[in-house]
Amino acid sequence: MAAGAGHEPVDGGGESAERLFELPPELAIDTDVALRVIVGFIRNQLRQAGFSRGLLGLSGGIDSALVAFLVADAIGPENLLCVLMPYRTSSSESVEHGRLVVGRLGCPSDAVDISPIVDGYFGRDGEEGAGGAAATEATPLRRGNFMARARMCVLYDRSVEWGGLVVGTGNKTESLIGYTTLFGDSACAFNPIGDLYKSQVRQVAAAVGVPEEIIRKAPSADLWPGQTDEAEAGFHYPELDRLLFWMIDKRRSDEELLAMGFLEAQIERVKRLVAVSEFKRQVPPVAKLGPRTTGVDYLYPRRRPGSARR
Amino acid sequence: MLDENLARHMEALASARAGGADLVVFPELGLTGYQLQDLAAEVAMRVDDPRLAGLAAATVGLSAIVSFVEEASDHRLFISAALLEDGAVRFVHRKLFLPTYGLFDERRFFAAGDRLRTVDSRLGPRLGIAVCEDFWHLAVPETLALDGAQILINVSSSPGRDLAAMHEVGLGTAASWRNLMRTYAQLTTSFVVFCNRVGVDETISFWGGSEVIAPSGETIFTAPLFDEGLHFVDIELGDVRRERISLPLLRDERPELHLRELRRILAERTEMAIDAASDPPDDRPQPGASEPS
Repeated sequence: MAAGAGHEPVDGGGESAERLFELPPELAIDTDVALRVIVGFIRNQLRQAGFSRGLLGLSGGIDSALVAFLVADAIGPENLLCVLMPYRTSSSESVEHGRLVVGRLGCPSDAVDISPIVDGYFGRDGEEGAGGAAATEATPLRRGNFMARARMCVLYDRSVEWGGLVVGTGNKTESLIGYTTLFGDSACAFNPIGDLYKSQVRQVAAAVGVPEEIIRKAPSADLWPGQTDEAEAGFHYPELDRLLFWMIDKRRSDEELLAMGFLEAQIERVKRLVAVSEFKRQVPPVAKLGPRTTGVDYLYPRRRPGSARR
Repeated sequence: MLDENLARHMEALASARAGGADLVVFPELGLTGYQLQDLAAEVAMRVDDPRLAGLAAATVGLSAIVSFVEEASDHRLFISAALLEDGAVRFVHRKLFLPTYGLFDERRFFAAGDRLRTVDSRLGPRLGIAVCEDFWHLAVPETLALDGAQILINVSSSPGRDLAAMHEVGLGTAASWRNLMRTYAQLTTSFVVFCNRVGVDETISFWGGSEVIAPSGETIFTAPLFDEGLHFVDIELGDVRRERISLPLLRDERPELHLRELRRILAERTEMAIDAASDPPDDRPQPGASEPS
């Protein structure tokens, strides 16, 4: 993706000589205000549902690390359960970085190896699993989606005994381009960072003290060895964030985006990704039959008198 | 929910009285909460509701502005702000402009008010009361000032958004409101009291930042962003006279000119084809041409 005319990335991490991350200036936010809003949001979401605890899947990446820091800040680390859920091919660095966050926060943690769940379905070493013979040849996409949903199952199961809500860790960039697994990593009770682009996640992560090695490393779904978001999807996060920001938040037309220096092929591609993933961002539609239909003309805030579940 | 909010209002009124307040201002829909959707009908109150009367009874020797969902006798629902004084509901303003765009969906659930009046107050100067979006329309503060208001009061539930670092105080919404309030105070040479909600509801964080602006446009008081509080602000009512003598903008207003041109604009709009808003008819008087008699 081409840099827009006059675009000068500012260096994240203030005056430090070595650049921690690239932050397009138009995406820079006031992190104090953002933290104030997010921490209040987390507390409120838990309170209105009648909970005082949260849990999340800690992948070792920046998104879940940041949310862990935010939740610990909002409700205290003792009320946050971080669950590490590696698959046998997950990078050892992922687990190390997960443990680094847990150590830094001093929160309870749990580790669940999802390999038996995943292999139990797809099979392993030529042995068939519950998915039958065809599943042994499953594509990385199928396996990746299954892993994401296995982690969701583990999290929601753990949430019962922990007595907390599952906190979402998906960012705005991945949501808009649909780089998520429906009912997998996107499943949550509420999401504190879903309106932050990846570049802004990095900015807030630096502000709350997420370890530098986590901020610095290449983002990866870690669904297979060596996978990185940017290599797999062929984009550079700061540029993708800029394009999404101008396209969606600032409502710029294709012509205006071209005039800003974005490439036509990139604009087309990102528009397609956004449109084709619309279904992932919405509650499934219900066929309208009765006088009042949930989500259509039966409209209540989630927070309503009596809505607290405990 | 409503009962708890009523209790909070009673506590705040008691604290305000103890602190020597003359006028206590609560935010938009402070009695019910803002994000209501279908709950609106369930929390609605008639103006003669005993719960409102109970609140009013706590205002002997005091003025208060409280906001709630008002159900009219024909069962329309309004976002209303009431002036409670000396034990009675003295005046009700129904929100005129209901934002129904972006994150707002008010028109779906509420009816829009259609009266804009100032009200005499035991405080002395006339008050002009408006609700949130009402002040995103120039005619509202202007009309209130022309109608004699010396204190313009806006009660809001403004959702914070647009966190770009470039904005004053890091919040686009706050920067916009501050510009508006200072401008209105200066142009109407009136006090402006802006009372905005704090707290999180669903996805929205209300940003607070309530303010009192002098008739000179100078900010007398700014509440912190996002923090709940009962703040006492002393204002010098004589500032209105001083400002209006030295800067007689209101004296020089031309409401008759405004009215004449508004009538013309309305007439022309009525004559226009549906799609002609950006394409004026050719027979419109050209600049410099003599007016048809």
